[in-house]
Amino acid sequence: MKVRVKFFAILRERAGTAEVTHELSEGATVGDLWHGLQKTYPKLDVPGIRLLYAVNQNYVHLDEQLRDGDEVVFLPPVSGG
Amino acid sequence: MFRVQNFAIDLDELVRYVTDAEAGAIATFIGTTRNNNEGRQVIALDYEAYPEMAEKELKRIGAEAAQKWPICRMAIIHRLGPVQIGEASVVIAVSSAHREAAFAASRFAIEEIKKTVPIWKKEVFDGGEVWIGTQTGQRFDPS
Repeated sequence: MKVRVKFFAILRERAGTAEVTHELSEGATVGDLWHGLQKTYPKLDVPGIRLLYAVNQNYVHLDEQLRDGDEVVFLPPVSGG
Repeated sequence: MFRVQNFAIDLDELVRYVTDAEAGAIATFIGTTRNNNEGRQVIALDYEAYPEMAEKELKRIGAEAAQKWPICRMAIIHRLGPVQIGEASVVIAVSSAHREAAFAASRFAIEEIKKTVPIWKKEVFDGGEVWIGTQTGQRFDPS
């Protein structure tokens, strides 16, 4: 299956891209995706950062199972306002 | 009215939106960009969002505020892109029959925005730039 990953803020800068599609095996979780992405984009590993995870614009946990076509975002600590 | 936009926020637009014949109060909150942070002189600020989710979260905040307090109407606009020092980065307007609900709901909204809405602020200062929050860590736990 394929998922769409969007990067924002520091992760967009670190990845050098705003959006990628990533191939995953069935049953893969958000955590599996994150580990896979770090192999392609080693700079995504920002020391000390605590990320949040969103699938299709909803907050989820790392063990959330992904489906084909999902939009996944790894969110750095937010700082709006 | 809950949205993000790349241009200056017009306070009157929000006030007009929340104006209601049943309301006896309108509270507005304006978050503005400061020229200093943690001892650094700030030259410019740049906001980035995950826009679809940011608007969804702003709506969620509005719905939650309406459950907690008897408010009439609420509007929130957050600005994106470069924002000059002293300009509004976020504006909240709330109307209610009595002032307590409008004050409480606007306070709640700005605190929630800072915790859960996927918007990021980059601070440009003399000698560098930094994404705010990256060092201080996440304050929000979605569970």
